[in-house]
Amino acid sequence: MELYRSHVLICGGTGCTSSGSVKILEKFEQELEKHDLTKEVKLVKTGCFGLCEAGPIVIVYPEGAFYSQIKVEDVEKITEEHLLKGRIVKELLYKEAVEGDQVKSVNEVGFYKKQQRVALRNCGVINPENIDEYIAMDGYRALGKVLTEMTPEEVIDTIKKSGLRGRGGGGFPTGLKWEFTYRAKGDQKYVACNADEGDPGAFMDRSVLEGDPHAVIEAMAIAGYAVGANQGYVYVRAEYPIAVKRLQIAIEQAKKYGLLGKDIFGTGFDFDLEVRLGAGAFVCGEETALLQSIEGKRGMPRPRPPFPANKGLWDKPTLLNNVETYANIPQIILKGADWFAGIGTEKSKGTKVFALGGKINNTGLLEIPMGTTLREVIFEIGGGIPNGKKFKAVQTGGPSGGCITAEHLDTPIDYDNLIALGSMMGSGGMIVMDEDNCMVDIARFFLDFTVDESCGKCTPCREGTKRMLEILEKITEGKGEPADLEKLENLAYTIKSASLCGLGQTAPNPVLSTLQYFRDEYEAHVYDKKCPAGACQSLLQYFITEACKGCTLCAKACPVGCISGETKKLHSIDQDACIKCGACMEKCPFNAIIKK
Amino acid sequence: MKSLEELAKIREEALKKVDLRKERKGTRIVVGMATCGISAGARPVLTALLEEVQKRNLSDVEITQTGCIGVCRLEPIIEVYKEGDDKVTYVEMNAEKAKRVIAEHIVNGRVVSEYTIGAYEK
Repeated sequence: MELYRSHVLICGGTGCTSSGSVKILEKFEQELEKHDLTKEVKLVKTGCFGLCEAGPIVIVYPEGAFYSQIKVEDVEKITEEHLLKGRIVKELLYKEAVEGDQVKSVNEVGFYKKQQRVALRNCGVINPENIDEYIAMDGYRALGKVLTEMTPEEVIDTIKKSGLRGRGGGGFPTGLKWEFTYRAKGDQKYVACNADEGDPGAFMDRSVLEGDPHAVIEAMAIAGYAVGANQGYVYVRAEYPIAVKRLQIAIEQAKKYGLLGKDIFGTGFDFDLEVRLGAGAFVCGEETALLQSIEGKRGMPRPRPPFPANKGLWDKPTLLNNVETYANIPQIILKGADWFAGIGTEKSKGTKVFALGGKINNTGLLEIPMGTTLREVIFEIGGGIPNGKKFKAVQTGGPSGGCITAEHLDTPIDYDNLIALGSMMGSGGMIVMDEDNCMVDIARFFLDFTVDESCGKCTPCREGTKRMLEILEKITEGKGEPADLEKLENLAYTIKSASLCGLGQTAPNPVLSTLQYFRDEYEAHVYDKKCPAGACQSLLQYFITEACKGCTLCAKACPVGCISGETKKLHSIDQDACIKCGACMEKCPFNAIIKK
Repeated sequence: MKSLEELAKIREEALKKVDLRKERKGTRIVVGMATCGISAGARPVLTALLEEVQKRNLSDVEITQTGCIGVCRLEPIIEVYKEGDDKVTYVEMNAEKAKRVIAEHIVNGRVVSEYTIGAYEK
């Protein structure tokens, strides 16, 4: 075993990989070689640190120095100054990590201070491709404990007592699901993991699989023991190449150590795990469609009951949980149900991972105890809205959820509170919108997504969402009629009540919730033919104000030549010819062009 | 994996490798490694410290380097910060001396007075 005096952790999550962290790792290798530091300094490629906005991220221990937005050129300096001479390169640190002369460790930065990491506890700490590092962090001890000290009933009891609920969106009590599968009769049972994360802007599950794949493997083996299954499947979308690769490496390593396979820990318990790749259909995140897809059939939902707990894969009892749900399990076993139940609110226990995106300063991944308020998440952890814009709403639950407005910012986040507000927890996508976002356009965007992703099996979803989208397009183009709003609502309620699966039943939610909170915006589009946020192109007009100095730049920039005026005199736009491309507004040095 | 003992053994070994990334208490040994320190031979001292800590399985000792400590003529210098104790500065170190510091000061808690800056200045 080699001991190092310093560890350099380089983020290998999808976000940082795409911003070049692989090249940075290579450069570090060269630099360490050059300075003969390879025996003193260890390089570790980890999973997502969470603060993707500041990527690529490099953290140097033991100091916990938090370097952000590192470029290949910076590596030489970090190596020479920090690793060789022990002087932290302050100008490359994350801006919040330097306070006067003081350098703060990564855990003291505002983004991390309010977080509590259970599911993400190893993300950004261990090398996900090294099973030993997972074992060092108490990995597979929970599986050992379960197999040697607990009966399946005791395991299920612990999960039930912990109050853990499904993290994929539905919030069904996990322990109950386990119990149903345990009680179901069958010679063969299966456990499955739903890693078909499809909400636009969501990447919680991907980050868990990329940063801590063994946690999911261990939890699935525990689940297998509890419900009486010896075969598991992870259904993960093929668009997550890094997650798939790390998961496969992790499974191989676990098999080599005998933590998967026959007679685990000499207890006679067998468990095997396979990966199934999904082709990226959103509907395959729905449990019955997912199971069909694992079987190799076309991913389409079927009516429930029977539930998968009784009739799942190949008609055998099957337990299906989400990635994040599984990632909590080993901790609950090791630390106890009471510990977990001590976190969160009365009916929502534990923590939840969110992917924060949209108009927000700290785009990234975070994990908070249930009951944290939206305000804390958006303004403290998320760092608020960029460019001094005003907060308008936050969309949770992706295409199945709804918008939450400023007046509800102090609501503690949990399953029931969000549903009461007309939205839902969902899998954890959180998209922040500011005053420039048009809510009708947002609703149109989400509906456009569900129309694309509807599997077409049942009519309300296939036809209904399409009709709703057409109405929304009409409204955003300024052709909306007063009757359209009522029609939208009627369609929405019909689709909700008549669709076969969750996709259709929740598809109208973005429309209903924006209609509830931003009806005035819809009305402005329909009656006044105006888009208050200035986002809907067809409803906009560009004007040149008195601030115009007659520099002629706008006229030169206009691709259709609709701007006229003499040099040094006020220019004007021919509204009939204008194609609303905005080129003039970008070029104007005096900010004299406005749109409204 | 046939037994819990086997897992515990892997865990114990692996823990040492990631220990550095945990929140920790314990002893901190700082080696002066500016140009002066390095040219006076700080690197063999650092390597010796690392080897010794590893050999003795000391888990709560952190070894790190720093820039110029200021008394370049006495380099290589190391500083030992033991929890609850005052800082001890050792001067004109070499690999052999470094090993003795680990054995006597870190493990047994007896400062090696003859190597300290106080002894030198007398």
